[in-house]
Amino acid sequence: MKYCGLLWAGLMRKKVRTTLTLLSIVLAFVLFGVLRSVADAFNAGVEIAGVERLIVTDKYSIINMMPFGYVRRIEQIPGVTRVAHATWFGGTYIDTKNFFPKFPLDAQRYLDLYPEFVLSDEQRKAFTENRQGAVAGRELADRFGWKIGDRIPIQADIWPMQDGSIAWEFDLVGIYTNSTASGPANEFWFNYDYFDEARAFAKGQVGWFIVQLADPAQAQQVAKAIDAQFANSDSETKTSTERDFALMFAKQVGDIGLIMTGILGAVFFTIILLTGNTMAQAIRERIPELAVLKTLGFTNTSLLGLVLAESVVLTLLGALLGLALSVLLVGMLSGALQAVVPGVSISWLNLAGGVGLALLLGIGVGLFPALTAMRLNIVDALRV
Amino acid sequence: MNEQKNLVTLRHISKEYRRGKLKVKVLDSLDMDIAKGSFLALMGPSGSGKTTLLNLIGGLDQPTQGDIIFAGENISTMSSAALARWRSRHVGFIFQFYNLLPVLTAERNVELPLLLTNLSRAERKRHVAAALEIVALSDRATHRPSELSGGQQQRVAIARALVSDASLLICDEPTGDLDRQTADEILGLLKQLHKEHGKTIVMVTHDPLAAEFASHRLHLDKGTLSADVAA
Repeated sequence: MKYCGLLWAGLMRKKVRTTLTLLSIVLAFVLFGVLRSVADAFNAGVEIAGVERLIVTDKYSIINMMPFGYVRRIEQIPGVTRVAHATWFGGTYIDTKNFFPKFPLDAQRYLDLYPEFVLSDEQRKAFTENRQGAVAGRELADRFGWKIGDRIPIQADIWPMQDGSIAWEFDLVGIYTNSTASGPANEFWFNYDYFDEARAFAKGQVGWFIVQLADPAQAQQVAKAIDAQFANSDSETKTSTERDFALMFAKQVGDIGLIMTGILGAVFFTIILLTGNTMAQAIRERIPELAVLKTLGFTNTSLLGLVLAESVVLTLLGALLGLALSVLLVGMLSGALQAVVPGVSISWLNLAGGVGLALLLGIGVGLFPALTAMRLNIVDALRV
Repeated sequence: MNEQKNLVTLRHISKEYRRGKLKVKVLDSLDMDIAKGSFLALMGPSGSGKTTLLNLIGGLDQPTQGDIIFAGENISTMSSAALARWRSRHVGFIFQFYNLLPVLTAERNVELPLLLTNLSRAERKRHVAAALEIVALSDRATHRPSELSGGQQQRVAIARALVSDASLLICDEPTGDLDRQTADEILGLLKQLHKEHGKTIVMVTHDPLAAEFASHRLHLDKGTLSADVAA
């Protein structure tokens, strides 16, 4: 503590330079917080994807549909315990910016396969009994202020109704939650039977199947068996683990993790050069002062510590300010980004990672100047 | 001089520097005794090795050969860290250009050597106030060096040298950057520290008038000392 004054005085020696360096560090950590949050939101599906589930899609494109009848055939394959299906509906709720995933599905099968989605028995019963019934995730219901009994209008963009209308309407009969800590609850489900009966084309077709395995270790074997079952048919399949599927889905947009890492890498490389140069310059200017400290009895190690501490304090201060700003910014942006990337929030892990990165950055940029200070020869340095 | 009365004893001290491939011998087998409580002026032409000798006595540099004994302790064999700790306990330094830290106030500059002790903040503050009072600068405690005159800056440097109660004060041309009147005030202050506080002072100077303030004068030329002249 007694060195704090000395440390602060060192930092405040050139106020403008320190402030500008600090601002660049703050900016870097704002970017770190925001970009990591966005990348995490993109990868959320990958993180929570189960290893005990397989996803079966059309071999050639995820947008091609497959016959509903595959459900029974897949169920017959050894190693498969349950099969559910879902279809991409698309559509718009009031405005295109109100994006959220909408799936027609078989509620019974789907909920049995995803125990992490929690829906009360009463609401589950209401969902299966009301053909026009729909269920929304808690985040989604909160976002639009929906409550049970509300009528939800959706404008179709892929699936017109038989009468040519694109105005679908559903009764909100349930609100589910996600029991996994990081899992989203932002989907909108409605009954496949109603969807299949009302849609204008592709009747009896579904988007993808979800397969529950008896033993996750048999995933590869079962996946091969499923694809073999439908080989040379009109709708050949491609079966992958849920995690691989989620990863592939995320990569439709691009490898978000790689893009974010690339941007952050470039930003932090620049910061290392900038801050490192600033620290080196600051130490060069203070060589006679450091020599005086050595003369007075400061050891080589204490000077090494002092210069390193100066650098670490600067980067930590910048990081804490930057991360605090990023928390505010992510809070403000999450609403705006909801349509594009739902569930954007900054995690404690990312905040802790940011602090760790700041420590490493501080040590990294301060090490060379600190070693210079440590190795200073008093007699030569006093002549400078 | 009697070894018992000596604060510093130098025996067979040689110091060589390397200038590229060339070895330059600055001091050659020099012997010297500095009595406890003495005020020694070290004089000599430029390049005679005065500052080198002063640096060796103050533990800022190590001799190529020979021993430097300070109060019975051989400092010429100490490690860099041990020597730093020794300097902080026993030596106060006063330089020609004051060498204060420009970003710190006078009191924070004076406090620097005390940061290396276990004194509490309150104790450090008390010691600093006492040191600034000795150099008659209590009213300038919160001023930065740039707000002080040359003489005042040198007084702050003297307070810094005094604050940890060092027994040996090393002064390298302490009045070299001051006008005559201010120089005399500084020299008077050093003499007062020597007389009233019993400090042992070794001062390098070119100025014969400054040397008059010392109790002993030594002349160094081409690495060898000439006779000690009592004041």
